[in-house]
Amino acid sequence: MAAAASIPIMPEARFALNQRRQNSQFAELFDLLDAVKDPEIPVLSIWDLGILQDVACDAGRVEVTITPTYSGCPAMAQIAEDIVACLADAGYDNVDVTQRLTPAWTTDWIDASTRKRLREYGIAGPDSAVCPQCGSSDTSVISEFGSTSCKALLRCNSCLEPFDQFKRL
Amino acid sequence: MTNHGDIAEYALRLGDDALVHGQRLCEWCADAPFLEEDIAIANAGLDYLGRARMLLQYAGSILGRSEDELAFLRDAPEFRNLLIVELPRGDFAFATVCQYLLDEYELLFFEALTNSKDETLAAIAAKAIKEVRYHQRRSVEWMRRLGLGTEESNRRAQAALDELWGYVAEFFDADELETRVIADGVGVDRSALEVVWRDRVGDLLDEVELSLPGDEWQVSGGRSGVHTEHLGHMLGEMQFMQRAYPGLEW
Ligand SMILES: [Zn+2]
Repeated sequence: MAAAASIPIMPEARFALNQRRQNSQFAELFDLLDAVKDPEIPVLSIWDLGILQDVACDAGRVEVTITPTYSGCPAMAQIAEDIVACLADAGYDNVDVTQRLTPAWTTDWIDASTRKRLREYGIAGPDSAVCPQCGSSDTSVISEFGSTSCKALLRCNSCLEPFDQFKRL
Repeated sequence: MTNHGDIAEYALRLGDDALVHGQRLCEWCADAPFLEEDIAIANAGLDYLGRARMLLQYAGSILGRSEDELAFLRDAPEFRNLLIVELPRGDFAFATVCQYLLDEYELLFFEALTNSKDETLAAIAAKAIKEVRYHQRRSVEWMRRLGLGTEESNRRAQAALDELWGYVAEFFDADELETRVIADGVGVDRSALEVVWRDRVGDLLDEVELSLPGDEWQVSGGRSGVHTEHLGHMLGEMQFMQRAYPGLEW
C-alpha cells in the first residue's frame, strides 16, 4: 500500500476532535450523522470537515453542536436541517442544533484521508496548489475568492484547466 | 462587571458596521469589472453579512429583539455604523480604496477584540479576523493595480482617497459608552490603533504612488445615529421586503 509509505501527521486540533468522538457515550449518534454531507461537497460529511463538533443526548433530547466554516456560509442552515432530518429518520424527534464559534473553525481539522477524497473530487486541499486533474504543480491563483466562501480559484498551467482549492483558514 | 445594556449597544454598533458594509458590497453583485471580481466581492459581502448576523443575534439576545427586527425594522437614526460604510458604492476605485482603509482598520480592531473579556465578542472576533486577512490581501493587491496601473486608474484612486479621508477619523473616536467598555476590558481602545494604522496605510500609499491626503476636514456621527443622507436610501432598498410583508421568511 502506497499510503503506508508515509504516515501523515494529524494536527492536534483534529486529534482532540477524534478523541471526543471516540470517548463519547453517544457513538451511535455520531455514526448516524456520518450520513450528513456538506451540501456543496457531497463526498465529504460534516464530520470529515470538522463542522460537527459534538453530540449529546439527555432525556430523549439530542443536542448537536456544529461550527460554521465561514461567518456567512449559507450551507449552515441547510446542514442544520439535514441533521434534524437524519436523526428524525432514526427515531430522534427532539433535536436541537446549536452553533459554537470557539474554537474557530480551521482547515487543520481536515485530515489526510479527507484531503485525498477532496482531491479525487476535483478540489485541491488547503495546503496544496497541485492540479487535481493532471497532478502538475505548475499552477497559478486566479482569485482567492472562489465559487463558495471556502474555495479559491486556481488555474493549471500544464493542462490549462481551472480548478478549486480549499482555502487555508 | 459591564452593564449588559452597554454590551448590547457595543455589539449593535459592530453589527451595524458589518451589515451596512455587507449590503453595499452586495450592490456590486453582477456589476463588478469581471466575473472573478464579481464573485470575490459577493464572497466578502457574505462574510460581512455572516458577521452582522452573529453580532445582531448577540445584541438581540440581550435586548429581547430578533436579528431581523434589528436589521429590518430600525430607522436610520437608530443605526450605529461608521459613516464610511454607508457611502454610495461609487466607482470601482472608490469601493476598493474604501475596502482597503476598512481592512487595515479591521485587521487591528478584530485582532485586539479577540482579547475581549466578553467571550462571545472574543469568539466572533476570532472568526472575523481570519476572514479579514483574506479581504486585506485582496484589497492591497487592488491598491497596487490601481495606484501603479494607468494614469486613469491612479487618478480615480487618488480622487477616492481624497473623498474618503475625512471619514477615517471616525475609526479612532471613542464616546462615553465606548470608554466604559474599554475600561472593563470588553471593548477595544481604538485610539490606540491609529498610529499603526496611519503607518501601514502611509507606507502602502507611498509604494503605490498615491499621496496621503491632509486632515483638513473630518466628519463623524455614525455611532450616535447622525448619518449621511445616503443611509436612508440604502435602508429603503434593504428593508423593503420586511416593511411591505412584515414577518416574511423564505
Ligand atoms: Zn492540470
